[in-house]
Amino acid sequence: MRNNNFHLTIDLDCLIICFYFVIQSAFYMNEQQQSYQALRDIKQMMERSSRFISLSGWSGIAAGLCALGGAVVARYFINQYTANADGSGPGYLEEALILVAAGTFVAAFILAFLFTYTRSRKQGIAVWGVAAKRLMFNTAIPLLAGGVVVYKLLGLNYYGLIAPVSLIFYGLALINGSKYTLGEVRYLGYCQLVLGCINLWIPGNGLYFWAAGFGILHIVYGTLMWYKYERKTKE
Amino acid sequence: MKNPIENLNKIFDSRIRLGIMSALVVNTEINFNDLKELIDVTDGNLASHLKTLEENGFIKVQKGFIGRKTNTTYTITKAGEKAFKQHLEALEQMIKAMN
Repeated sequence: MRNNNFHLTIDLDCLIICFYFVIQSAFYMNEQQQSYQALRDIKQMMERSSRFISLSGWSGIAAGLCALGGAVVARYFINQYTANADGSGPGYLEEALILVAAGTFVAAFILAFLFTYTRSRKQGIAVWGVAAKRLMFNTAIPLLAGGVVVYKLLGLNYYGLIAPVSLIFYGLALINGSKYTLGEVRYLGYCQLVLGCINLWIPGNGLYFWAAGFGILHIVYGTLMWYKYERKTKE
Repeated sequence: MKNPIENLNKIFDSRIRLGIMSALVVNTEINFNDLKELIDVTDGNLASHLKTLEENGFIKVQKGFIGRKTNTTYTITKAGEKAFKQHLEALEQMIKAMN
């Protein structure tokens, strides 16, 4: 009888000690989780307030496909023009190519915007927030300067320089904007820049360089970004 | 070993105040409306937390106008940067201490 009682008290002591440890570790776990959560909040707020991170990989892929489509149409016009050189004047080709380029740009821009818009809605980030405005502003500056230079080149009939110059300015715009969005945009910018510089020495092949820069590089970049950032969120 | 909890700043216990500080650390200045959008809180709530941070000397307030609209911008002070850094280090210690 006495023995039994003794066992009971030991069991009770054990229980109390166990209970104490459970509470203690729960408290520690909680503290640790809170610290993690606080750090995660800080990181998220820093990113959200300084970088626009909703840029979708699909935007890059869509813009690249538009550019390739535009290049095919442009090639068709150039082929037609060279086939019957007497039939249509030089003004006709120039206007047609400018229209194709403008159409490609508008289509690429709208599609890229739509994909990024849906992604930012999913993430609950304002499409037109502080970070997005800063990104737009900082990419627009080199782009506008590049636009002015290209316009002047068109006026001077320096057609061979248009593709390299637009690739170079686009590369600079991306490098400038990369501080305000996904850092990888910087590497896309470097690639465009290098491509544009090489094209300066091979002036006749502007269309191919354009297709490579605005088309293929965008698709490669978009696919990589989708693989890195968006694929994970689906799992 | 000293308990790392002591180094945690009580003022940063609030998620909203921590959010304000995080945003101000990486931006030279932010105005009231942008902060509101970032942190997703009501005007009154944000204003009261900003007031606390200002009273503690962690942030500075500049009142200005854009046309007729008031434009209040906030910047972080040296003391605020220091306190925030210490808080981050304390958080880091907390996680390290328990692993």
